[in-house]
Amino acid sequence: MTLTTCTHPKTASAPDGPAVGMRATARILAAARSGTTTLPVLDGDGPFELRRLHSHGAQARVCIVGAMSAPLGGDRLRIEATVQQGAALHVTSAAATLALRGPTSEHATYDVHLTVGEHAQLHWLPKPLICAAGSDLHQTWTIDLASTARLVLREEQILGRAGEPSGHVATRLTVRRGGRTLLDQQAAYGPGEPGWDGPAILAGHRATGQLLTVDPAFEEITPDVQLLGDAPQDGQAVLTPLAGPATLVTAAAPDSLRLRRLLGTAQNTYRQPLTDLGPVRGRDVGPPRADCRPTRA
Amino acid sequence: MSRAALLVLADGRFPAGGHAHSGGAEPAVAAGRIKDAHSLEDFCRGRLHTAGLVAAALAAATAAGRDPVAVDEAADARTPVLALRITARKLGRQMMRAARATWPSAELDALAAARPQGAHQPVVLGLAARSAGLTPLDAGYAAAYEAVSGPATAAVRLLSLDPFDATAVLARLAPDLDQTATAAAATAARISDEGFDALPAASAPLLDITAQQHATWPVRLFAS
Repeated sequence: MTLTTCTHPKTASAPDGPAVGMRATARILAAARSGTTTLPVLDGDGPFELRRLHSHGAQARVCIVGAMSAPLGGDRLRIEATVQQGAALHVTSAAATLALRGPTSEHATYDVHLTVGEHAQLHWLPKPLICAAGSDLHQTWTIDLASTARLVLREEQILGRAGEPSGHVATRLTVRRGGRTLLDQQAAYGPGEPGWDGPAILAGHRATGQLLTVDPAFEEITPDVQLLGDAPQDGQAVLTPLAGPATLVTAAAPDSLRLRRLLGTAQNTYRQPLTDLGPVRGRDVGPPRADCRPTRA
Repeated sequence: MSRAALLVLADGRFPAGGHAHSGGAEPAVAAGRIKDAHSLEDFCRGRLHTAGLVAAALAAATAAGRDPVAVDEAADARTPVLALRITARKLGRQMMRAARATWPSAELDALAAARPQGAHQPVVLGLAARSAGLTPLDAGYAAAYEAVSGPATAAVRLLSLDPFDATAVLARLAPDLDQTATAAAATAARISDEGFDALPAASAPLLDITAQQHATWPVRLFAS
């Protein structure tokens, strides 16, 4: 991590001036070794402290713990995780990520690069991102999957803390599978985005999220569309198959609690098929769980 | 080329089946989210800068001569909801029939053969524009305008909205339409350097969710 502090406020707003804020890159490498998954690289950096949790069968588990307030304006944050052939990794976070304005009006970036090899699987289930009033975050998810890789990815965005207006957030999620683009999706919410809170995009909802499941088994059985959510005032979601072997749940809800309920319902739907697909190197992988109890071996 | 071809292509009476689709306006009216000219304008602005921008960029890229089948795959990756992919291909098939009759070309024939069930409508629209001798910017305008004219026309029928008010909404969106078409043509021009990632992928959660819900309605006025 490098921490560049700026004591001169004018430097902060100079477009070509030195970057203000923190630069940090955390790295995780998961590898299959004799029937289990090891973590040859587990390098935290800056705000990302990486804790290894108890393995679950052959699946290694990691919890991202926020070591300091981030992202703030001007921060350049990055997480890279690679799951090598045959390995299984489950990543969660201990607390929500809170984007704040920070000392400069410059936006923050938060880039997540995930690579999953042949017959490997990754569950990436962090807690929500909260976009506090005045924050400005550009987030990218760049995901490369081998054609036999499996992925469960959840992302949740909470637009403003209780009772405050939303910050600005722009995200791009690009998922490639076997080198072809499976899903490419941008979202932009908050001040300055035309129509973001209007009837076509969010219509007053303050929580939105997605659950992406990529599984080669979906090449044989195309999953059915599902409409989720009971009363419209509690939020709405749909699960639909993508053009490739994957499903995407798209949800919009008034708040984080009701968003989590919708996504939780959707996640239960696919818990079974994923575990049924079989063991990673002869061991049961078990259902995905979002809890995060740090352990010291 | 004749610029007037753009008027023929963008005319609501062009026989490509668009009149049967509300562009998400029907479920938004039913949910009470579109209830007057003001909320219609909000809806149209949001749709224009998300689904409209993507459609305009796909159309501009095809009009610029990019491989229509590759653009069609880029459209699939940008359309996660099944109901919207089905609608886009159905409209593409209808647009293909109209375009081949209006501006016959070998490129239209080739795409029709490669995608017998229909390519995504903006791809066919872009190829129709190309066959008519129009520019990528023209194709972007046609797609962007369609993204808002459909819902505005549907709202007149669904809400008994005054047609003058609906047309005034479209007129107020003119600067946004200029911006969207220009951005679409600019991204299409960047494909040669950046690949198809240069194309925008803007999404709108409620358009996606309600499109799939609407597809299950037993009785509806519009097909989408």
